[in-house]
Amino acid sequence: MTTAVETLRDEPLTIGGRTFQSRLMVGTGKYPDMDTMSRAIEASGAEVVTVAVRRVNLDRTKGSSVLHFLDPKRFFLLANTAGCYTAADAIRYARLAREAGFNDFVKLEVIGDEETLLPDVQGLLEAAKVLVQEGFKVLAYTNEDLVTALRLEDAGCAAVMPLASPIGSGLGLLNPLSVRTIKRRLHVPVIVDAGVGTASDACLTMEQGVDGILMNTAIAAAQDPVAMAQAMRLATIAGRRAYLAGRMPRREVAVPSSPTRGMLD
Amino acid sequence: MDVVINGERKQVTPGTTLLELLKELELDPRAVVVEHNRKIVRRPVLSEVTVSPGDEIELVHFVGGG
Repeated sequence: MTTAVETLRDEPLTIGGRTFQSRLMVGTGKYPDMDTMSRAIEASGAEVVTVAVRRVNLDRTKGSSVLHFLDPKRFFLLANTAGCYTAADAIRYARLAREAGFNDFVKLEVIGDEETLLPDVQGLLEAAKVLVQEGFKVLAYTNEDLVTALRLEDAGCAAVMPLASPIGSGLGLLNPLSVRTIKRRLHVPVIVDAGVGTASDACLTMEQGVDGILMNTAIAAAQDPVAMAQAMRLATIAGRRAYLAGRMPRREVAVPSSPTRGMLD
Repeated sequence: MDVVINGERKQVTPGTTLLELLKELELDPRAVVVEHNRKIVRRPVLSEVTVSPGDEIELVHFVGGG
């Protein structure tokens, strides 16, 4: 699907020396089936797709690599360290992911709490420092805390990924001010990761001026994932456009849109 | 002899290399990353590393995730 709005100019998104045309990144988990996943990713227009590192199923009748359904030449595979609760585990998963041979990027997650899946920022910083030293381009999934974001940037992360709301919650952007502040203060790209539920959430997130957005469940768990992927694509573009356009100031009183002069007696 | 592959105890012939192990399991070495006793073994040297009793081997790949 082509939209006229896409012909407007914008700087491409550059992370760790790689340039991407799409500001929407998508996950590959939780789809009802692999065909729906492939079609949804296609419809999203995303270039960056996230994948997880897990054991091969030794019973070959069950489960196969996501790469059977996703051409690694067409998409930029961003491996995550989802499910890791310590810096050591996250480092181990990142090293295994890099060995797969696609790139040296990693979406670093160190989870601190099972119920909320909120990040353990201490473990995150520790792992980020080690992985940056080892030459990884680290995209760090974190909460919407400015000070942690600044520390992650100082540690050499290629991008910082504050959450909109908890992973898989679909609650949308709970703290626009904090996300905006992080964007204003950081020099590296800020990609909001996790928590959007529908297209308006993606649009509102992009309107904060962040560089991109990453989502999985909002598309995969929609009634029609392919249609939602299209909606997310358009919403991401719309939000970015609106941010670049610069919104009008908010006023607490009405200002007429039609002339007040020239009214009939 | 016994080794542990992805958490499961498996019988393998002594002297088996990691590359032979992957073949036995019908796994494509290009599609799997091998960790042998917590150390990553790169593809070109899979044929040079033999497994010993009690070794812990992890075979991983990419699956869907967010």
